[in-house]
Amino acid sequence: MLLRDTLENYDVRFATTDLTFAQQHGITNAETLPDCNRNTPLRTLLCALVAIKVILKNRPNIVLSTGAAPGYFCLLAGRLVGARTLWIDSVANGEELSMCGKLSKRTAHECLTQWRHLADQDSVKYRGAVL
Amino acid sequence: MIFLTIGTQLGFDRLIEAMDRIAPSFGMDVIAQTGKGSYKPQNLEARASFAPAEFEALIERSKLIVSHAGIGTVLTAQRFQKPILLFPRRFDKGEHRNDHQVATVRHLQGRSGILIAMEESELVDRIAQGLAMTSVGTELSPTAKQLCQAIVGFIEQGRL
Repeated sequence: MLLRDTLENYDVRFATTDLTFAQQHGITNAETLPDCNRNTPLRTLLCALVAIKVILKNRPNIVLSTGAAPGYFCLLAGRLVGARTLWIDSVANGEELSMCGKLSKRTAHECLTQWRHLADQDSVKYRGAVL
Repeated sequence: MIFLTIGTQLGFDRLIEAMDRIAPSFGMDVIAQTGKGSYKPQNLEARASFAPAEFEALIERSKLIVSHAGIGTVLTAQRFQKPILLFPRRFDKGEHRNDHQVATVRHLQGRSGILIAMEESELVDRIAQGLAMTSVGTELSPTAKQLCQAIVGFIEQGRL
């Protein structure tokens, strides 16, 4: 939500695991994804399929993800339709990149951390933070 | 009202106890979310946890938030434009699995609306300072502006 003003010049579609959160912020056309993590294999599979469906329906040129696993699946699905993909690791990960953040070093076009000390000179970059 | 929160995953009795001791001096209610701690406060209106909507309502009602150095709470405080006093968990006192909260407050030092206390003895002064803050800047921090520009750059050019 902190990035929303930045995105208002573009045709944006939000995907979230929590529709009430989107509605609280006045977003009525958000796509919903089932929440999942590495301990919920069936929901993870379902989430991946829904992510593909959402991406095929919306055909984005760009996919931005701030995490976590559901966002990562959207990013992967985005690659299937030729989108440019950017992973923005959560500012909550100040000790190390999240698991999906590490995966996106290789799978996303760009990978951002919000902590300077977690950037390397190569695939993980620091370009500011929401705080 | 002062809202004290320490997250839901771990107890943080050192902060709850220190706040319980000094709470009568503030002349206002202190509502506390005490998580998994075992200390039973006398002077705080304490509950282990609050539902998300209740939690946000308390943040909104509060004049100052006192919290462990959890990023989630810092973001919430920023969203509601409330001053927040951070008291980091310490590894040497068994309050977390490492010292990342100490590192977090070092990074956040000097940001608008954020106060830091490293020791219990600093709480009274920092709280007075926090309660005296009339407004917390709504403007994006320089690092947030930088991040937004990087994202626009990515959208426009496809790279950072």
